[in-house]
Amino acid sequence: MESPALIEIKNLKTHFFLDEGTVQAVNGVDFSIHQHKTLCVVGESGCGKSVTARSILQIVDQPGRIVEGEILFHRPSRSDNGSETTETIDLAALNPRGREIRAIRGQDISMIFQEPMTSLSPIHTVGNQVTEAIKLHTDMLDDEAKEHSIELLRRVGIPRPEERFDTYPFELSGGMRQRVMIAMALSCNPALLIADEPTTAVDVTTQAQILELLEELQDEFGMAIMLITHDLGVVAEMADDVVVMYLGQVAERGDVDSIFHDPKHPYTQSLLKSIPRLGVSRNRQRLDSIRGMVPDPYNRPTGCMFGPRCDHFMPGRCDAINPPAIPLGPGREVHCLLYEEE
Amino acid sequence: MAVTDAKTLPPETVSPGAVQAEVESSVSVASQWQLMWWKFRKHRMAMAGGIVTLLIYAIALFVEFLSPSSPGVIRADYTWAPPQRLHFLRQTEEGRRWDPYVNGYKVEIDPEALKRTFVIDEEQVVDIGFFVRGEPYKMWGIWETDLHLVGSTDVEIPVYFLGADRMGRDLLSSMIYGTRISMSIGLLGVFLSFFLGILLGGISGFFGGTVDNLIQRVIEFIRSIPTIPLWMGLAAALPTDWPPLRIYFGITIILSFIGWTGLARVVRGRFLSLRTEDFVMSARLDGASELTTIWRHMVPSFFSHIIASLTLSIPGMILAETSLSFLGLGLRRPVVSWGVLLQEAQNIRSVATAPWLLIPGLAVLVAVLALNFLGDGLRDAADPYNR
Amino acid sequence: MFQFLLRRLLYMIPTLIAISIVAFVIIQLPPGDFLTTMVASMAAQGEDVDQTALQALKDQYGLGQPVHIQYLKWMQGIILRGDFGDSFGWNKAVSDLVWSRLALTFVLSLASLLFVWVVAFPIGIYSAVKQYSVGDYVATFFGFLGLAIPNFLLALILMYIAFRYFNQSVGGLFSPEYQEAPWTWGKVADLFAHLWVPVVIIGTAGTASLIRIMRANLLDELRKPYVVTARAKGLPEWRLLFKYPVRVALNPFVSTVGWVLPTLVSGAAIVSIVLSLPTTGPLLIRALQQQDMYLAASFIMLLSILTVIGTLVSDLLLAWLDPRIRME
Ligand SMILES: Nc1ncnc2c1ncn2[C@@H]1O[C@H](COP(=O)(O)OP(=O)(O)OP(=O)(O)O)[C@@H](O)[C@H]1O
Ligand SMILES: [Mg+2]
Repeated sequence: MESPALIEIKNLKTHFFLDEGTVQAVNGVDFSIHQHKTLCVVGESGCGKSVTARSILQIVDQPGRIVEGEILFHRPSRSDNGSETTETIDLAALNPRGREIRAIRGQDISMIFQEPMTSLSPIHTVGNQVTEAIKLHTDMLDDEAKEHSIELLRRVGIPRPEERFDTYPFELSGGMRQRVMIAMALSCNPALLIADEPTTAVDVTTQAQILELLEELQDEFGMAIMLITHDLGVVAEMADDVVVMYLGQVAERGDVDSIFHDPKHPYTQSLLKSIPRLGVSRNRQRLDSIRGMVPDPYNRPTGCMFGPRCDHFMPGRCDAINPPAIPLGPGREVHCLLYEEE
Repeated sequence: MAVTDAKTLPPETVSPGAVQAEVESSVSVASQWQLMWWKFRKHRMAMAGGIVTLLIYAIALFVEFLSPSSPGVIRADYTWAPPQRLHFLRQTEEGRRWDPYVNGYKVEIDPEALKRTFVIDEEQVVDIGFFVRGEPYKMWGIWETDLHLVGSTDVEIPVYFLGADRMGRDLLSSMIYGTRISMSIGLLGVFLSFFLGILLGGISGFFGGTVDNLIQRVIEFIRSIPTIPLWMGLAAALPTDWPPLRIYFGITIILSFIGWTGLARVVRGRFLSLRTEDFVMSARLDGASELTTIWRHMVPSFFSHIIASLTLSIPGMILAETSLSFLGLGLRRPVVSWGVLLQEAQNIRSVATAPWLLIPGLAVLVAVLALNFLGDGLRDAADPYNR
Repeated sequence: MFQFLLRRLLYMIPTLIAISIVAFVIIQLPPGDFLTTMVASMAAQGEDVDQTALQALKDQYGLGQPVHIQYLKWMQGIILRGDFGDSFGWNKAVSDLVWSRLALTFVLSLASLLFVWVVAFPIGIYSAVKQYSVGDYVATFFGFLGLAIPNFLLALILMYIAFRYFNQSVGGLFSPEYQEAPWTWGKVADLFAHLWVPVVIIGTAGTASLIRIMRANLLDELRKPYVVTARAKGLPEWRLLFKYPVRVALNPFVSTVGWVLPTLVSGAAIVSIVLSLPTTGPLLIRALQQQDMYLAASFIMLLSILTVIGTLVSDLLLAWLDPRIRME
């Protein structure tokens, strides 16, 4: 029933070394992404979702660096005889500028971003940018690559793709641009598609269309999706598994049903309480309507990161011990001392 | 201020958006001046530039006292006297001892060219003193005094630390006096341009639309004209019989008449971006009154940028004045600026005979470098978000 | 594209008119009119003043008539007959004096522009990509220095060094044997052999500021999300750099022609005076000193027009490079 893991992240730490100090953007994160499944990552702004995602591809901005941990990628080999074998690569150990990671980027794992406006080069045509990865990773000729790209553009729902092929991104609407991004990301049939808040910058109708498109494409291409979002409604709709992050750490993770119906971590509970019930403008609901605010990255609390905002705060324990992972079932764990076995 | 504000607010009453806004504003705005200062302090070249700039303006303030002589004193018998090196220690029988002096001159006659040249005579010694009596002057036009920081103890014997020009005038004194003119013309010119710039740039940014378009066209037009020929044309039109002070103001006005465009652009750009900048928006949504918004958010960011661009425009003015005066179209004696001094070096013959005439160029270089570093640091500091 | 060109050309018309008005104002600025000055100086030298000739001149320039008529007459002469008026300092038609000098100014400015670009572009890229490296600091230092030295001073220093240590003169654009010679390939080669000294001198300040601009632009672009997108596709860093951020940063770089060119023309004027190059500079300053206003104003006007045309060319180049501008 449980499909094999595609990515296993173990104790990942990615830090930014700034003049003012070190920002521990991701500080000991564990989770797995399974083949053909959708994993949603939720959490307040700044909790390290994007940095985690970028760590997978080793495209963390300077002065950030993976300082510890493993990112095991079980790469499905596309052998000709049809047999499915996997080879395991530790992405965290690869040189960010090296050949191996470049071969994985855009081919096995691809990514789409929040800002379809600025994530495409303003002065290169759509076609140029979409065919780029194809030309890079396959040995298709120019004509074939073009044909393939037009097919992809058509598939992601861009009308008259032959014409769009030669237009510039600024001639397209936000939704169209995001579709171009998706076409670009899918051009080499990746095993994993990372979508970092793909619908935050587009309007509501478009948002729904794009999510629907992603689901369809997942059925068709069979890739796993790691979807980063602020919107719990989206999570409910899309996710198979959920990871709730808080201040660079995992608060709780599990399958979507148990997270929604039986949230354990006080943070998850308050997150869920903050969604308005029954459809009333559920979209665009930010997650920050929890008491207090995210502490600034230089002054992290001691003990449990959520302690200062927690209703069940236990003095003497929660401010002393950073809660370890407490397993609650297969693929389900929570980081909270409330559930510690005596 | 805002930090405490944010903390004392009961959390329940804060809407999610407001939390967001307050978080941002408390971190980045309350101590914006302070943030800038920290940022600036880290920029070592900018700090050095700032200190040198202050020093130069201090010199400009006390020229009469600092210069050994006056720039106008002509001594025909010291034509092109070379620089005299200041020695602090004197060799005596008991060893070296603190007693500043310079060596005097002797005259050599070149038998071929029949030219008199001065050379340093190691035999002669001229005593140098600090806080000596010399040429009388009126400090800031108020006090009569004849106290000079450094000079020959004997009023009758002039000293030339940096050499003399064609007319036997002391280059060091001229340069010190030139500091006042060159630096003040930069400052005054920038303030005039700033006035024009802020007026037109402000109008442009504030009203937008047609007015903006028109002013932008004018700016583009002025920028597309090569400045030096235009300056030359305008400066040449200043009547030669004007008194020096009026020429000084005339030149300043001409310089700023063309120089305002850059500042106008900055002001306009700032106005436009201020209207849309996120933190202003969020502060507005937050319900902060307009005035507080302006004071807390707009003023620091606006002024820091303006101050940075002002600082960065001074060098341009200084260079422009120097160029004009160098060409003989700007200031004229008895007003001395660095450019006026460099005019002496206009032909290669004089430079070959008296290379020290190029020294005022060094002053220009130092002043412009210092101001550029300072301005650069200020500009970087003005953008605390920009790493 | 054609529409764009047309619109740009139309935009130029008011600019050109404004330039001619400024030039005319410069003619008018000195007190009194030039004829009075001329008559006075001729009388002072004991020459006879030919009244009919005087009247003819008065008619030609519309002297005694309202200012705008004078302006229109001057413009009419220029547009219909290529007649910019007469230079009284040289007793020649202005048009006989300006063109060869202007051509050399053009060559000099263009060469300086190319120099500035060719030098600033790679250094700017290097500085941005290797931000805070030793090379970056060195480039920044020389950049500041280049900005701070007035180019006439640089010219003087070079002249002094050449004179003092190599006993050579670096002035002029031609060797003596070619000075008056007609144009041949030899003369062209000689011109280029001499050209580099003023080109380097004129180009320093521009190079310095363009390095800084290129560096800042590229640093900006390097932070843009599309760079991350490209990286996420698996492009190698160098290919990525040149295909995207450098290419995007090229546009503002090209558009700097708009103000680099005027400063280069300015620089050329003053450096030419110091190095006594046969370009517009020395003649312009002489004309201004002698209040030979038709000559001076014509120079100023033509130099300005030169830069306006240069800016137009750069706009077209920019439109060709940047689809956003082309289609606006
Ligand atoms: N380039 C960078 N330099 C320094 N710090 C950074 C950088 N990028 C991210 N960070 C830090 O890493 C932390 C996590 O950032 P990240 O972008 O992963 O948050 P996020 O969860 O994706 O938030 P959002 O929902 O706003 O996208 C933040 O506190 C931020 O300060
Ligand atoms: Mg993010």
